[in-house]
Amino acid sequence: MGLFKKTGLSGILHRIFGKKHAKIGIYGPPNVGKTTLANRILMDWTGETMGTVSEIPHETRVAKWKKNVKIENGSSSLYFDIVDTPGIATKIDYKDFMNIYGLNRKEARQRAKEATEGVIESIKWLEDVDGVILVMDSTQDPFTQVNVTILGNLEARNLPVLIAANKIDAEDASPATLKAAFPQHPVVPISALTGYNTDDLYSTMVKHFGKKRWWRRR
Amino acid sequence: MVKKSKKKSSISINLISKQKLEKLSSQEKLDFILKEIRQGKVLVLEQGLTPLEQTALIERTMAEIEEDAFTGIEMDGYLEDKATLFRRFFGVIRKPGLTVIGPADLIKTIKKDGNIIQTEIVAGQGV
Repeated sequence: MGLFKKTGLSGILHRIFGKKHAKIGIYGPPNVGKTTLANRILMDWTGETMGTVSEIPHETRVAKWKKNVKIENGSSSLYFDIVDTPGIATKIDYKDFMNIYGLNRKEARQRAKEATEGVIESIKWLEDVDGVILVMDSTQDPFTQVNVTILGNLEARNLPVLIAANKIDAEDASPATLKAAFPQHPVVPISALTGYNTDDLYSTMVKHFGKKRWWRRR
Repeated sequence: MVKKSKKKSSISINLISKQKLEKLSSQEKLDFILKEIRQGKVLVLEQGLTPLEQTALIERTMAEIEEDAFTGIEMDGYLEDKATLFRRFFGVIRKPGLTVIGPADLIKTIKKDGNIIQTEIVAGQGV
């Protein structure tokens, strides 16, 4: 009963034939390039952008949502609702914005307050997405608690996840480290900034998020 | 709201047994952990939090952040093993293992790999 009530006929058809439409959240810690990737996806498929990017962490503090983005992969395609979420962190100190990034006290306090609200909003969105692109910085250690927590959460919910190993244009990038760290998930090395290998990302998105998933529970 | 106690010269590191944690509901675990951390204690949990509990802890932490009083948490731990297809089918997810949690202004994770979680207690930050 629960299954039929929750998903309806369209949900059942999706489970049998695969998805035609998926709501995908772009997740990750701050400053890994989530909005740069969202902008890249939208520019490539709609000609629009999602939001502003900055070197100062927590630039995206409110989730942004673009509906019905059609992504094609050869003869198959999938409609996506793309949700660009604020970066998830376990700590936010307004003094960091002052001392490291030069914001004044008022700006720093406001940014920190909004950033904490953004993290909460990101976590709440996990209840409402069909899958996740988890963006990681391929120049950084992948075993951060935020990465591990997000992945564990998605695995517990049986939500499909695709790892975008971003910033491979950087000299010290090591996407192989990410692949080795999370062999249970597809890992696609990309540069959201330059667009390098995003074709591979798009084809993986259509294949991975369009799959029928009998075992899915929310 | 739990307020930080006055500055002390020492830092408490509490090892919390699996037995104690198993007696608590998820909500009670989060209440307990946050209360201890806000008092400036570092906790080593013999059995850590599930990924869903970890996410809830982050959410609760964000809601409790207070300027100059509580800037968040530092948390690192292991999952005991990888769930098999059989266990996933029956809804059994990866079990949480040894976990270190503390106030973000007090501890810092230096290194984590499959065998060692190296944390550093920041000098001069006793509460």
